[in-house]
Amino acid sequence: MSRPEGFPKIAPVGLCGMAIRFSASLSEQANRAALAFRAGLEKAAWYGVEEVSTSLTSAFVRFDPLHLSHDALAARLRDMLDAQDWYGADLPGGRKHFRIPCVLGTELGPQFGDAAAEAGLSEAQARDELCAARPRVLTIGFAPGQPYTGELPAHWNIPRLKELTPKVPQGALVVAIRQLIIFANDTPTGWRHIGQTAFRCFRPEADEPFALRPGDEISLRAIDAEELHAIRARDRTGLGGAEIEVIA
Amino acid sequence: MSARYLHVLEAGPSMTVQDAGRPGYLGEGLSRSGAADALALAEGAALLRQGADLAAVEMAGMGGTFRASHDMRIALSGAPMRADVDGARLTWNASHLLPAGAVLRIGAAEAGTYGYLHLGGGVATPSVLGSRAAHLAAGVGRAVKVGDELPVGDETGDAVGLTLDPAPRFGGGELRVTESMQTALFSEQTRARFESTDFTRDARANRMGARMAFDGAPFAAEGQLAILSEVIVPGDIQMTGDGTPFVLLPECQTTGGYPRIGTVIPPDMPRVAQAGPGAALRFRFISQNEGVDALRRHRDAVAALARGVRALSRDPAQMPDLLSYQLIDGVVSAHDPDPKGDQE
Repeated sequence: MSRPEGFPKIAPVGLCGMAIRFSASLSEQANRAALAFRAGLEKAAWYGVEEVSTSLTSAFVRFDPLHLSHDALAARLRDMLDAQDWYGADLPGGRKHFRIPCVLGTELGPQFGDAAAEAGLSEAQARDELCAARPRVLTIGFAPGQPYTGELPAHWNIPRLKELTPKVPQGALVVAIRQLIIFANDTPTGWRHIGQTAFRCFRPEADEPFALRPGDEISLRAIDAEELHAIRARDRTGLGGAEIEVIA
Repeated sequence: MSARYLHVLEAGPSMTVQDAGRPGYLGEGLSRSGAADALALAEGAALLRQGADLAAVEMAGMGGTFRASHDMRIALSGAPMRADVDGARLTWNASHLLPAGAVLRIGAAEAGTYGYLHLGGGVATPSVLGSRAAHLAAGVGRAVKVGDELPVGDETGDAVGLTLDPAPRFGGGELRVTESMQTALFSEQTRARFESTDFTRDARANRMGARMAFDGAPFAAEGQLAILSEVIVPGDIQMTGDGTPFVLLPECQTTGGYPRIGTVIPPDMPRVAQAGPGAALRFRFISQNEGVDALRRHRDAVAALARGVRALSRDPAQMPDLLSYQLIDGVVSAHDPDPKGDQE
């Protein structure tokens, strides 16, 4: 699949925003299309456009409709969509791989067993699979610097819970719908809490407040609670013991 | 010259420094934050005849007690709260002089939710990523606490004793909504019921969002738990798993997987933020063009605020200490940037 039926599609987001949607479901190509289209919007820098961003499979434009009309913006977006095959675009440059220490299961990841069962795996199998995976940062969102990474193998397509867990801590690893997230802050969530890292996605006091960018890759190194504690004790950077390598 | 600051002697539980917010970091997952009632920020700026980019103290539901290190100009806007300086009652929606050492007391909101204390020169706490606005949900800044000494910027004006008539927004009313990318996931019938339902802002509302309590069946979309996370903007009306709408506010998340039935237009957001407990709110869908017209009229009204400001009529019956008031006035009009010199 490269170009899903009926896509790309332009949709309003409130009075001052438009989303350019490349798919209704997550795919590698649609994610790349969104990232490349956002880069194109940044380069175009149209008058009246105030901000651009991406979500999983969409680019987003925030604009001032008193300076750039909805019709004029939509027409320009359509022209830009027609100008190239966005689904075949390259990933952004300057990407990195973060290998992040993580306690999987135990009381630090209380829904690990439940998630493994949902995926049809034993806990040992689930641990092996999660540590072997190298999911990509598909988008940053919800909370500052917070990565949505994927995709995991298809059997990890487990739904979000209907009942929210009232508070999952900063640095928590959560899973749902073939994606892993490391939480930027304490938050209520419907995703299953399966592990704990010392990784801080957002460090407002740092020169580079946001650690990860879309296109980066992460992997997990299984550790125990004692090692997590030791990492926290010595960590001055907020990276939680992550090893970082440049990949592109 | 010593630094000007406001000493916080008592503080309500949800008091923060806010300005126009921190736009531009949506792609990094950081929402804009900024004053929950942006109009109140503009009103305070008009009352002090200073820039609307300056930061103020936002007080949710409850004010606090403050003492000024130097003579300062203040303005009060947003949700009306009972306020006095050393026992002399202050008019809300007005600017006043707060003499050095005097104690300013601000009580509970009498209507609405968010009251604002503005200072001549603005609150001068350190800027993070281009703004002083606390974003507690994101871990930027923190709540104002007892014992804080809030730095105050250099005074650039002398206007005081001014008042204005605030746009009504503290008692609920109609919220205009435009369609958003997920509106079509809700049936026409559900949307019609949504428009004809009376909602009240749940008391648990905070700067992230306001839960809209109502009587009746949940508002459900198709495939509610399965949709892909998409971009979120303040004003989006998110339908959570149990079918209750939340209107998202300045500290909202930047993406989310719950469907949104529509988006409240920016001019009506102060009405969402300020609806007091029990105030009835209704949603009404309007076209994009009607929304743009409303936005234009709103911007014109904000731009006209400074022209609408007038002198506060001084009722001697409400001014037990007329002499000191005039004395203070004299100090201010002398354009002395730091009348107290190097004290403190």
